[in-house]
Amino acid sequence: MPDKKIRVLIAKPGLDGHDRGAKVVARVLRDAGMEVIYTGLRQTPEMVVSAALQEDVDVIGLSILSGAHMTLLPKVLELAKEKGLSNVLFLVGGIIPDDDVPALRQMGIEGVFGPGASAEEITSFIKEKVKKV
Amino acid sequence: MDLVDRLLAGDRRAAAQLVTLMEDGGPSARDAVAAVYPHTGRAHIVGVTGSPGTGKSTLVYELAKEFRARGKTVGIIAVDPTSPFSGGALLGDRIRMQKLSTDEGIFIRSMASRGQLGGLARATGDAIKVLDAFDCDLIMVETVGAGQSEVEIARAAHTVIVVDAPGLGDDIQAIKAGLFEIADIFVVNKADRDGAEKTYLTLQMMLDMDQASGARQWRTPLLKTIALQGEGSVLVADAVEQHLKHLVESGQLQTRRNRLAEEELRRILGQELLDRVLRGVHEDEWEALTKGVADRQMDPYTAADTLLDSFLQGLAAREKGGGGTS
Repeated sequence: MPDKKIRVLIAKPGLDGHDRGAKVVARVLRDAGMEVIYTGLRQTPEMVVSAALQEDVDVIGLSILSGAHMTLLPKVLELAKEKGLSNVLFLVGGIIPDDDVPALRQMGIEGVFGPGASAEEITSFIKEKVKKV
Repeated sequence: MDLVDRLLAGDRRAAAQLVTLMEDGGPSARDAVAAVYPHTGRAHIVGVTGSPGTGKSTLVYELAKEFRARGKTVGIIAVDPTSPFSGGALLGDRIRMQKLSTDEGIFIRSMASRGQLGGLARATGDAIKVLDAFDCDLIMVETVGAGQSEVEIARAAHTVIVVDAPGLGDDIQAIKAGLFEIADIFVVNKADRDGAEKTYLTLQMMLDMDQASGARQWRTPLLKTIALQGEGSVLVADAVEQHLKHLVESGQLQTRRNRLAEEELRRILGQELLDRVLRGVHEDEWEALTKGVADRQMDPYTAADTLLDSFLQGLAAREKGGGGTS
């Protein structure tokens, strides 16, 4: 009997060292029955995309608190496209000003979760978007 | 082009998707194994095991760097435990290996154990086949942080590295049966910590006893490393290559291959039989039997016999009815 699981990559691109949020989200998704690949701090866009490809993930969750999201995220998305990672759900968490959210959605980041986001919000968003039988 | 063709053409994404297929299981996974299998058997499979926190991932990272420098392509399968409560997992072995992530000569895959005991996942053997067919010269399999009896890796690898670190137990631990018996190479990692010398000597004594008993042709090397600083990993890489040479020259490689094939066949047969028997059991019958066992109205062996008997009767009846076809 097939035993499918939602696989999620959680990474922190860029240079800030605040990984508490990323770890909390990783733990929350684990407790929601997902397989979470946690890659840690200071990832380049190339590292993120190459890990996502090898791990064949359904979701890429990026945590950015440095304010560099408008530079880093387009690079990640572009590389992902280049490597043929279609059907991957992109989420971002951290400090993202409201003004940037429409532009991020436009780019292909479907979920933007700020400091007030609840565990329930994030997990049900993923489960809703990634339908696995 | 189907996934296996793309894998054989060197497509990394296809390799990743095939591993997922193997993990998810089911009929298409079996077809994929059948298609991949003729292209396997070339890679040197190296298991890396040891207690949690001994530094397995860091050592694997250092070894992978070293083997890349020696011109080899490397596959890494890192297994971490699945939560028995949520079914989820947090796979963190990649953290130590991220610098290798963008090297095209390395393929790293994290696997959750998905309820399997013994230190590996059910699909680890199939994932090894995928990376073997993907043309990895050397495949390192890092087990779940192992206790004393997580020795499944000995049934999947040609060479087993057991990693120990100071401060984890006295000399009796070292002569107990289990994990320490399956080592082809011993590593005392964190050799700069207090107590490293004592751990080293304890293991040395254990290995001397092994040698004196004359049971082994291969003298298990005992090596010190400080993996975090990259110290000693060259020697471990040398030992891995020497062990393979020993296996080839002594003819033991074939013996090991035969043993691995036998173990795998046995495991699959057991699983298939179980699946088929259970498929034929009606839910109500299953519930009644388990309740009977729980309430002490029937012992578990008799219950199992009942299920097997009705499975066999079902087979016989089908044969009669179907005139022996299929």
